[in-house]
Amino acid sequence: MALSEAARLRAEIGRREQELGALQGQLAAVLAREAAEELAAGPALPPLEARASLSPAEILRYSRQLVLPELGVRGQLRLSRCAVLVVGCGGLGCPLAQYLAAAGIGRLGLVDHDVVEMSNLHRQVLHGEAREGLPKALSAAATLRQLNSRVQYVPYHLALSPGTALELVRQYDVVADCSDNVPTRYLVSDACVLAGKPLVSASALRLEGQLVVYNYRGGPCYRCLFPKPPLPETVTNCADGGVLGVVPGIMGCIQALEVLKIASGIGSAFNQFMLMFDALEGRFRNIRLRPKKPDCAICGDKPTLTSLQDYEAFCGSSATDKCRTLCLLPSEQRISVEEYKKLLDEQVPHILVDVRPQVEVDICYLVHSVHIPLSKLEGKNEECLKFLEKRICEEKQRTNGKMTFPVYVICKLGNDSQKAVRVLQELSDKELGLILAKDIRGGLMAWASKIDPSFPQY
Amino acid sequence: MAAPMSLLVEFGGGAELLFDGVKKHQVTLPCQPEPWDIRNLLKWIKQNLLKERPELFIQGDTVRPGILVLINDADWELMGELDYKLQDQDNVVFISTLHGG
Ligand SMILES: [Zn+2]
Repeated sequence: MALSEAARLRAEIGRREQELGALQGQLAAVLAREAAEELAAGPALPPLEARASLSPAEILRYSRQLVLPELGVRGQLRLSRCAVLVVGCGGLGCPLAQYLAAAGIGRLGLVDHDVVEMSNLHRQVLHGEAREGLPKALSAAATLRQLNSRVQYVPYHLALSPGTALELVRQYDVVADCSDNVPTRYLVSDACVLAGKPLVSASALRLEGQLVVYNYRGGPCYRCLFPKPPLPETVTNCADGGVLGVVPGIMGCIQALEVLKIASGIGSAFNQFMLMFDALEGRFRNIRLRPKKPDCAICGDKPTLTSLQDYEAFCGSSATDKCRTLCLLPSEQRISVEEYKKLLDEQVPHILVDVRPQVEVDICYLVHSVHIPLSKLEGKNEECLKFLEKRICEEKQRTNGKMTFPVYVICKLGNDSQKAVRVLQELSDKELGLILAKDIRGGLMAWASKIDPSFPQY
Repeated sequence: MAAPMSLLVEFGGGAELLFDGVKKHQVTLPCQPEPWDIRNLLKWIKQNLLKERPELFIQGDTVRPGILVLINDADWELMGELDYKLQDQDNVVFISTLHGG
């Protein structure tokens, strides 16, 4: 009896500890947001003091870089007076902030509106398992404080907005764009032009990376290079496209290098160059870029933009890297995962078509589904259509020749499945016999969260 | 009369996904009365290499916003953009800009 009593108490303690942890996380998030809003709106941070010499502890700590003639004591003192704003504490921001902190930068502003998720950890190396659910800006600052407590860390748990960006950027000397979406990239660049700050910008996706230093020594700004934003449907985020963690890691490190060169007075060699990295080929490429454009809307001779604008409207997309939700089909052509579950339980004859790419089907799938990737459907691949028609025929025979046969389409989140339904509607009758195609709202991720918790989420 | 011309055309940053995932294309452009420029090359690519959804690569007679064109490792802005006259053995790269981090 004593044993089970002990076990019960232990379980109870565990449960309460978990509750406590969750509450602490929530409190931290609320405090951080309040503090960030206050900081962004409130009085400017005090300037970093100019000093004539390094302390013996600093000399010991930074000795291996102090003996570099390119840096020296002069460069180190400049670093200690420099404030760097890091926009985004993700795959680029983590390694960047780590090397800047280690090198003895004076102040690091850490901006991120997001919280740590498990799927971040493969590339966002300042956050650990225990930080799940905590604001990334706070988590990054906590890890960096352990690395170098002499650096001032200013976490901002907020999304950079047209209302706050300019005031924030003005308080820093160099800005590093480590963000993950198009509106934020235009916002940061415009704010840097208006505040007259150099911008070291990097990006990464799949197995490639790009780096440019904008608004620096006569070089272009982001708008000079990209006057028009890309259409939202041509932009891929890390969740959809995937990214090998070390690729943003490499780009973030080079970004840190350029920030350190600018901050220490060495100067960046990238003022009119783009660095492209292809991880598959192991190749770096230096691209000669245009100079600042005289007709640029913000940094040109006669700028038409003199303040920050609405960047989400300008780009037609939201300032996060979360997946977009398409709405292509009327509601009667869509069903929920709950409705689909009911239909399965009642053994209603149908075909379930999974339209994800093979690489995602390798991760997880529903055993009774038929796999035909969307690209094959859109390309009207003959072999695939024959296979689908055969499966429909087989199933139909079991239903005493019901007129229109139900075909359900599923993908990861319920976007591609709608496109597939459109294609299937075109093919109905002629190629596939009479079918009624519908898609499953929210896709397999909704299935995992609402119906089967053991189904993997990715 | 422009002689046949050999080019290395490359796609990157995800633009290769519109070309069966193939990044490097060694292409030979046929003889034609007028000289080959980037404008003509884009038309040729649309007819000969582009497999799907051309609007994700070309808009009007130029590349869509967000694609940077590089000619022999230089921004095409420095080279005359659509009017650049191609030379035999030129390297033309179409790179989609990345935004992830
Ligand atoms: Zn500009």
